[in-house]
Amino acid sequence: MEKTFDLAGGSVRDLNQFLHTGLAQSSVSRVEVANPNGAHSIAVGVDHPVDIQVRGHGGYYVGGMNKQATITVHGNVGWGVAENMMSGLVRVKGFASESAGASGHGGTLVVEGDASLRCGISMKGIDIVVGGSVGNYSAFMAQAGHLVICGDAGEGLGDSLYEAVIYVRGRIRSLGADAQEEPMTDADYLKVDELLKRAGFSHNPTEFKRVASARQLYHWNADADQEY
Amino acid sequence: MNKPLEHAVHAPKRVSREESAGFDRRTIDYIQNAAAHGLYEIRGLGAKRRVPHFDDLVFLGASVTRYPLEGYREKCHTKTVLGTRFAKKPVELAIPITFAGMSFGSLSARVKEALGRAASELGTSTTTGDGGMTQEERRSSKTLVYQCLPSRYGFNPDDLRKADAIEVVVGQGAKPGGGGMLLGQKINPRVAKMRTLPEGIDQRSACRHPDWTGPDDLVIKIQELREITDWQVPIYVKVGATRVYNDVKLAVHAGADVVVVDGMQGGTAATQTAFIEHVGIPTLAALRQAVEALEEMDMRGKVQLVISGGIRTGADVAKALAMGADAVSVGQGALFAMGCNHDSYWQDGAWHSAEAGYEQLGTAPGFCHHCHTGRCPVGITTQDPLLELRLDPARGAAHLKNYFKTMNMELTTLARACGKSNVHHLEREDLVALTLEAAAMAKLPLAGTNWIPGAGGL
Repeated sequence: MEKTFDLAGGSVRDLNQFLHTGLAQSSVSRVEVANPNGAHSIAVGVDHPVDIQVRGHGGYYVGGMNKQATITVHGNVGWGVAENMMSGLVRVKGFASESAGASGHGGTLVVEGDASLRCGISMKGIDIVVGGSVGNYSAFMAQAGHLVICGDAGEGLGDSLYEAVIYVRGRIRSLGADAQEEPMTDADYLKVDELLKRAGFSHNPTEFKRVASARQLYHWNADADQEY
Repeated sequence: MNKPLEHAVHAPKRVSREESAGFDRRTIDYIQNAAAHGLYEIRGLGAKRRVPHFDDLVFLGASVTRYPLEGYREKCHTKTVLGTRFAKKPVELAIPITFAGMSFGSLSARVKEALGRAASELGTSTTTGDGGMTQEERRSSKTLVYQCLPSRYGFNPDDLRKADAIEVVVGQGAKPGGGGMLLGQKINPRVAKMRTLPEGIDQRSACRHPDWTGPDDLVIKIQELREITDWQVPIYVKVGATRVYNDVKLAVHAGADVVVVDGMQGGTAATQTAFIEHVGIPTLAALRQAVEALEEMDMRGKVQLVISGGIRTGADVAKALAMGADAVSVGQGALFAMGCNHDSYWQDGAWHSAEAGYEQLGTAPGFCHHCHTGRCPVGITTQDPLLELRLDPARGAAHLKNYFKTMNMELTTLARACGKSNVHHLEREDLVALTLEAAAMAKLPLAGTNWIPGAGGL
């Protein structure tokens, strides 16, 4: 069954309230969100395997802290799309603003267009696939998970990286502190192939470079002269 | 030519101990330590230097025009409600003294459990910290405040929905502008897993939130947290005391139910000494600025104010409330109550000396601030499986309960002496300052005068 929330007249509160409490008891398996008009906090805190279609642009934190739900935004989104996501899938058909997928613990975030600054900041296990390019300081302090960038990366990619791995198809303007380019292994090709397929992109995995942590900042070092 | 006096020539050899004010022994030690290691000192606890504080205030008590209440016969209420502005379920506490946020990681799970047990028995709240919510503390805590920190370590929607209040941490009094630190020796497998970090690394967590910057974003972030939790629980905003007047106004504007202001004496488990001692303003000054901000916005009583940073005694609590706080938070005091800096620890039914442990750390009971090492000789700030056994959760909880009960009795004693049947009726008029600095910072008259330095000018 399908249920539609028209945000031109209705409120984000009613939408989220239904997703949190009404949904589980209903037979609704698909929720249409009409006229989102850049509203913030659309479909946040969902914990149910539901298909949510957002028909237009979203504001900040679309799909924030998502668990289980599959959320598709037919437009662009503001800051922090799928922030702290645990599981499920969030797909942005357009572009994403800053901090896409910030501190995400799991699930998959697909941005078909470009993502702005700090994409994947503090990510903790989420997989992010960006069809276009990402802005500066993406994957800053990224702890776990994968960030696949089909386009180019801006300045300071992967600054202060922990164990997250970044794959870049295009040009990297610069790497951040402690991030280094490493040779692709068979496991990397398989991973990129799997992530591209999950995202619905058809690039060849052999076109990607691997960026991971040099692990030089894992321990205090008096001789580093604060160069980090 | 002057000749030395004969008795001076034969006097015992004199040792000169003319200490320099600028290069005193502490400074010489600092320089030599820096020279030896090439790395700044990191330590735990809060600012050690003397700053104007609640000790510099006294209550006026009753007089001919103010009559007191009987100590044992007349009631003095301490009930405290936080988060009445937007939350459907405000936090109701039996006393205005709460436990401050301290992480699992900096503290052992047993200590977190002790805090939770004590808080539940006292009818007050305890707070998570930079490292997520443990099952031990959720189980043991009736009222648990869940922090949303820049690092977002262990932050997840399931725990968020289990929280009785959410605290968005912008800063901490010990290090406003700095992120968390946890050195490798404390990143054991469980801590590492909760924080999604490799075991044994020296963790430096983020100092800014990953998905918002500035007051306008904070409005939207708070709205998101409310949407996720269906507007049920209060949302606190915690700031380290710097530009308090502006920060409080911005937090209120952003939609906070409660503002928590942490002064420079606030503690930490690991921060650079330079940061602890040289960034932020004293709790006394911060409190007055916070109250002024709320009053100017006509938000006193609508947005509650919690003050922390060096609260030690019932007198401190009473003075904080009189100056306009709705509640206080205690962190370091709670650690001391459980035995931090004690010369012995209690294990298996007997006292054992902890002196050797302090000696290994190069310190002694009463001076220890080595929380960052994870080698706490009394088993509090540690993740070591043997050391942590030195703190029994039930015994720790009993000490915490005694300490908080003592403070609460002191608080009501002082309130009654000022003629108040409710501790929240204590008022600025009940206080005067003993020093010029405290008078100026608290904007209270210097004792015995009507003079408030700076009032009406500057």
